[in-house]
Amino acid sequence: MLRLIQLELQKLWLNRSSKVLIIISFILPFTVLILSSIKINFFGIFTLELGELGIFNFPIIWHITTFFAAQFKFFFAIVVVSMIGNEYSNKTLKQNLIDGLSKKEFILTKFYTIVFFSVCATILIGVASFLIGLYYSSYTEASIIFREVEFLLAYFVKLVGFFSLCLFLAMLVKRSAFALGFLFLLFITESIVYGLMKWQIDGDIADKIHNFMPLQSMWNLIEQPIQRIVMTKFPEKTDMAYDYAVHWYEITIVLGWTALFIFLSYRLLKKRDL
Amino acid sequence: MEPILTINNLTKKFGYLTAVKDLSFTINKGNVYGILGPNGSGKSTTLGIVLNVVNKTNGDFHWFDGNTSTHDALKQVGAIIERPNFYPYMTAEQNLKLVCRIKGVDHSKILEKLEIVGLLDRKNHKFRTYSLGMKQRLAIASALLNDPEILILDEPTNGLDPQGIHQIRQIIKDIAANGTTILLASHLLDEVEKVCSHVVVLRKGEKLYSGRVDEMINSHGFFELKTEKHQELLNVLEEHSNIGNVKVEGDLITAFLNEPMSASDFNKLMFDKGILLSHLVKRKESLEEQFLQLTDNQEPNQKTA
Repeated sequence: MLRLIQLELQKLWLNRSSKVLIIISFILPFTVLILSSIKINFFGIFTLELGELGIFNFPIIWHITTFFAAQFKFFFAIVVVSMIGNEYSNKTLKQNLIDGLSKKEFILTKFYTIVFFSVCATILIGVASFLIGLYYSSYTEASIIFREVEFLLAYFVKLVGFFSLCLFLAMLVKRSAFALGFLFLLFITESIVYGLMKWQIDGDIADKIHNFMPLQSMWNLIEQPIQRIVMTKFPEKTDMAYDYAVHWYEITIVLGWTALFIFLSYRLLKKRDL
Repeated sequence: MEPILTINNLTKKFGYLTAVKDLSFTINKGNVYGILGPNGSGKSTTLGIVLNVVNKTNGDFHWFDGNTSTHDALKQVGAIIERPNFYPYMTAEQNLKLVCRIKGVDHSKILEKLEIVGLLDRKNHKFRTYSLGMKQRLAIASALLNDPEILILDEPTNGLDPQGIHQIRQIIKDIAANGTTILLASHLLDEVEKVCSHVVVLRKGEKLYSGRVDEMINSHGFFELKTEKHQELLNVLEEHSNIGNVKVEGDLITAFLNEPMSASDFNKLMFDKGILLSHLVKRKESLEEQFLQLTDNQEPNQKTA
């Protein structure tokens, strides 16, 4: 396993564009996180300190940081897609197989890299949230700090699921740009199908089916936290309450998709003549 | 003899097209094999199947004694197919390091193999800056990294200039001299003739011949003759039982033998008949002539030379 990760890291790290993208995908969420946590003085007129809004309080901080950090997953998605596209366009996939890598190992190499990246991202976000939280949070008892850390697990599963989808699309169309196009197409298709279902059949069933679709199921893992922030400010508005918690079944659905995408990628490669 | 690769009744269909048809042959240790055939005869497809990149339709093959999986066996094989495929953004050394990781070989071999193919001074240059000849030589270095049991080369000199072709051939000869088994696929007959001891001839996915190069067809050779008494010679040749076909090109007469006959016996016979030869050469068919004869034999509407 270590050998396979090493193999892929060498391919990625020596490629300038993927190196830049990986660095961006790590640095950018942190810059945003750190910028938002410091006190910004607008020309002496007023000071903006997001920490004062209570968004860096435990346990809500887990929800907020993972939600916003997940929006930056697109950078690494480009890396995932191009690491397959390049293997096809350079014909190095063929050469790797001839050199003695099995098709299974090839897919595993990519999958392990995805997991490796997701682990790194999760750990970094976890540590950063913990430190910022310690600094800003009004509550620092262990029981409150570690309440809702399951958002970190959800973040990890979300990343692995999303990148596995990218991997599958890239294996399917062999070209990086087309794979990203397909991703966008999938997003639109899900919305249209959801809209049609909502229009034609009962809204409740439509919601349930929608929750099983790949992109929506990943979105469901970490619901948007804005409404929750507002709720903390206006606790009396009970009509705003919504279910933002991470549920085991949401994780199961995404893990199911992940397994399917990896398996299908392997099937595609096995059936293909290179 | 120790078998390295055994192929049994291998068939590959691309839709309606049958690229390889019921092909069987065995490759033994220590010989230099050629796979010979015109373009599109199924050479690359056959190699693709045994190298794990093309799926077979029917039949089977196994490497070595048949107890190792194909991808593990390939770690003891060096192969170059069609064009050299490397990561363009990596240097030669980095590319070879990657191959070492895949094959599970130590990095220490890299410089030694770069030396063999004469790329040591360019090891820190990116692959995309290489000329085609250099790329092909890097591919050979890469194939040699694991000191392979067998080296597979598919059209290794395709697209190279004469100097490049010469370099590659010299490298192949050196490797063969070290006792490495080589399987060389080519449509260039002189290439195979110069390097190979055994040959498999393919046409449209079917095997026409497999065996030693020098036993490829049952032939006793032919005489090339010139004389002042042109017509008289032709008459004598026609009557002689040992002589089969006779071909005339200008004043050069080519007489094919049905039975073995030495040049001196023939010369004596002519002298007794009062015909003085100004030119007498006894030759065997070159591989090219044999190959054409072999492939032509299979087509009923074409006349045999």
